[in-house]
Amino acid sequence: MQKHIVVIGAGPAGLESSANLSNLGFRVTLVEKEEVTGGHLNKWHALFPSLASGKHTIEAIVKGLNPGIKIQTATKVTGIEAVNDYFTVSGHNGWQEKADAVVLTTGFQLFDSHRKEEYGYGIYENVITSADLEKQFASGKEFVNRQGKKPERVGFVHCVGSRDEKVNNLHCSKVCCITAVKQAIEVKQMIPEADVFCFYMDLRMFGRHYEELYKQAQEKYNIQFIRGRLSESTEDKDGNIIVKVEDTLLGKPLRIKVGLLVLMAGMEFPPATKALTNMLGLKNVSDGFIQPLDEVLHSNLTEIPGVFIAGTCSGPKSVSDTMADARSAALAVAEYLK
Amino acid sequence: MTFDLFVLPFFFGLIFLTVVLVQKYSRWIAMMDSSDRVKAGMALFSVNLLKSIKEVVLESLLHRKMFKRNPLLGYMHMSFALGWLLLIILGNLESRVYSGGHINPPYYPIFLKFFIHDKRVLPFELFTLPGFFRFIMDFILLFVLSGLVLALFKRTRSKWFGLKKTTQHNSFDKWAITSLWLIFPMRLLAESFTAGLYQGGGFLTNTLGSIFDAILPLQYLAYPAWWAYSTMLGIFFVTLPWSRFMHIPTEIVLIFLRNAGIEQGKYPGSFSEIELSSCPRCGVCIDVCQMNEVDKTSSTAVYLIRSLRDQQPDKQLNANCMMCGRCLQACPVGIDTLGLRVGARSVDNKSIAMDFSYLKKQPFVGEETGIVYFAGCMGHLTPGVKRAIVQIFNHAKIDFTFLDEDGSICCGRPLKLAGLREAASKLVSENTRMIKNTGAQLLVTSCPICLKTFNNDYQLEGMKVMHHSVYIDKLVTEGKLALRPEELKAVYHDPCELGRGSGIYEQPRNVLKQIAEVADVAEEQENSLCCGGSIGELAMDFTQRNIIRDNALKILCESKPDLLVTACPLCKKTYDSANCIKVKDIAEVVAANLVSVKHQPKTTEMVEQG
Repeated sequence: MQKHIVVIGAGPAGLESSANLSNLGFRVTLVEKEEVTGGHLNKWHALFPSLASGKHTIEAIVKGLNPGIKIQTATKVTGIEAVNDYFTVSGHNGWQEKADAVVLTTGFQLFDSHRKEEYGYGIYENVITSADLEKQFASGKEFVNRQGKKPERVGFVHCVGSRDEKVNNLHCSKVCCITAVKQAIEVKQMIPEADVFCFYMDLRMFGRHYEELYKQAQEKYNIQFIRGRLSESTEDKDGNIIVKVEDTLLGKPLRIKVGLLVLMAGMEFPPATKALTNMLGLKNVSDGFIQPLDEVLHSNLTEIPGVFIAGTCSGPKSVSDTMADARSAALAVAEYLK
Repeated sequence: MTFDLFVLPFFFGLIFLTVVLVQKYSRWIAMMDSSDRVKAGMALFSVNLLKSIKEVVLESLLHRKMFKRNPLLGYMHMSFALGWLLLIILGNLESRVYSGGHINPPYYPIFLKFFIHDKRVLPFELFTLPGFFRFIMDFILLFVLSGLVLALFKRTRSKWFGLKKTTQHNSFDKWAITSLWLIFPMRLLAESFTAGLYQGGGFLTNTLGSIFDAILPLQYLAYPAWWAYSTMLGIFFVTLPWSRFMHIPTEIVLIFLRNAGIEQGKYPGSFSEIELSSCPRCGVCIDVCQMNEVDKTSSTAVYLIRSLRDQQPDKQLNANCMMCGRCLQACPVGIDTLGLRVGARSVDNKSIAMDFSYLKKQPFVGEETGIVYFAGCMGHLTPGVKRAIVQIFNHAKIDFTFLDEDGSICCGRPLKLAGLREAASKLVSENTRMIKNTGAQLLVTSCPICLKTFNNDYQLEGMKVMHHSVYIDKLVTEGKLALRPEELKAVYHDPCELGRGSGIYEQPRNVLKQIAEVADVAEEQENSLCCGGSIGELAMDFTQRNIIRDNALKILCESKPDLLVTACPLCKKTYDSANCIKVKDIAEVVAANLVSVKHQPKTTEMVEQG
């Protein structure tokens, strides 16, 4: 009998592993809580380092899906139960399936920047997040701040909700450094006369071509990188944001007025998914993400045979890393069901 | 003169104790600031003395605060303190019945029953002097022994006494307490044995005496029992000055000095040494300390005080404290535990140098408005609170100056709590200059930390300082602000510096009750828990802070409220970081529920009343 696999979450990881599993000859059901597939990528205008369109990337992945894959959208998974040698997966709307294996591709949630109140998100109009900025890019409208003015200065704050014990997140979200570099360049391309600042702790340019992009940002676009964590921001009467930051290389406190402040919100494990992992009895680790059976040898396996993980549910990843992880998960499932 | 060799251990012990105490007290008096000496001298001849005597009776003898905490614990302490004192006083009076009224050597009343065997059987025994004393002395001994039985029970069943954790005593204290505990059973045995041989005891010792007489060769045992009794007294007196029982003579002095208006000085000195010696190490401060939650029981107040008294200060121990004041609240002796810690830190951190050249002496450029608002550093970290205050002030049409809109200079409290008083004073003087330049009559602040510092350490001459919750409450009471009730169940968290630190409990609650249903919390008002975000803690990491925060949240959220309200930006930020319940400052709750007042009062009235 054809083995059946339920893949939970139809972001890039879910889509790619479903495509691979289906091609390997398995029956696949892909469950998604939203109306549409694609996850965070739907809202992302351009991907680093090549500035590939998020929309086109998703379209390309979806194109690879075998028509045999059953896609169950608008269904929130509310229960997973291991029964003998199979799993029963059920949704909030009464949907239920038996599966020989389950792949968790539940992804991340964006850090809620309201939690860094001192940065003023949700309080000052011209403080936005990196995700808000992507939406603005995607809208194709002229680049202006909330007062309809072209900002003369734009600031990017790295590590918002990442590497910050004050919000209980010790982990690095990996993608924000390069995203900030990418977004800073995009802003510069739109308003060449603007001064753009990046406030960082360390710059983690670990991926291929990242360092080149960073170099370009400095040399070609004259983006200023200031090492120092923002302490707070205030708003002046014209809606400008005044940021207080220490330049730790110069050892001096700075106050810089910007027309727009972009917070590079990090990745967190979604509490809603925690309910699922608890149901399965998967261990919680301090950073919240799902722990693989072995980080080197079995990165797609969990402690529970038949339950697999791929993508950002097991830690922050770039889209390209997520895609590779999804393919490797498909092979791990195939080996298990052999 | 009546004398026997066995009185010597007691006698020499007493002389030794007296010499040591005289030496210690002379040293403390010599160390005192001359102004403090004058204060103390004056207090000897004023009503203060009566006040002190009353306090000594209530606290040192009757142990009122201990009773309030736990009746069994109170009774235990009272039986020792009051019982022993009565034994001494009444024993002295009893001895005069037999000595024709003149003064006896100090050992005579203590060992009276050895020297006097009054075999008379008196009609209406209780109404005769010797009979009365025989009865009352046995009764009081029984009273003390009942306390001793409780003390033994407390070793294993401390929960009965309201104590989860008790003090871990060092070997010196163990010697002292063993001798103390043996004093009274030894007295009972000695007196009973003697009563068994010669009668002359009361209801207790005579009865026990005749029982012992039937089974034991008392003629051989009585004399050694008196030796044992005297030896226990001797050991206790010799160990006392270096043990926790030094609190017995010192606490009385502390009460007197405190009532004379003497306080801890800037650096550890005579008053703080007296405080150190007044700590009985009862351990009441251990359970209330949240440091237990992160396995730092060793840094609780009792151990801080012991390490300082033993002159073995421990930097880590001194640093590990949130300065929340729960121990201060609980201490039955009223020792300023926080001040002692700050003093210890001032020694630890003496070498830290700071550069304040960045403090620019800028003239105040603003309009004089009568009311200034000071957000404080923590206020700037919660722009939501700042925005709410501005909204509220504008709504009530209050003309005010936002003193630190462009950033503030720290009020100095974090430095002060780290023991860096000199550095703090630089900030204090710069802020004082700025605040005074406004010419305002009222200073409203959002930060309880600033509030406490402005009130305690600033000389603002006539300018009133208010926390925003108090000011909002005033505006609401005066009808200058109207609030809309919401379908909302809230709990209120008392910030340490606002509640225990500044005594403000009711005003924020009054305001909140206008808007939401306010549920009770198990530990609130003066027993409120610290959120864990403390600026007073110098060594704890975030993992530990989070444990303290989460435990406090568990208690706050027991009634499943929709909203957690507080009145301190730091508490707000700390609780908010747990991401488990909506947290708001009282000002934000008010700003979100403002409705227009029908008769808007004139702003000038406000200024006058402020």
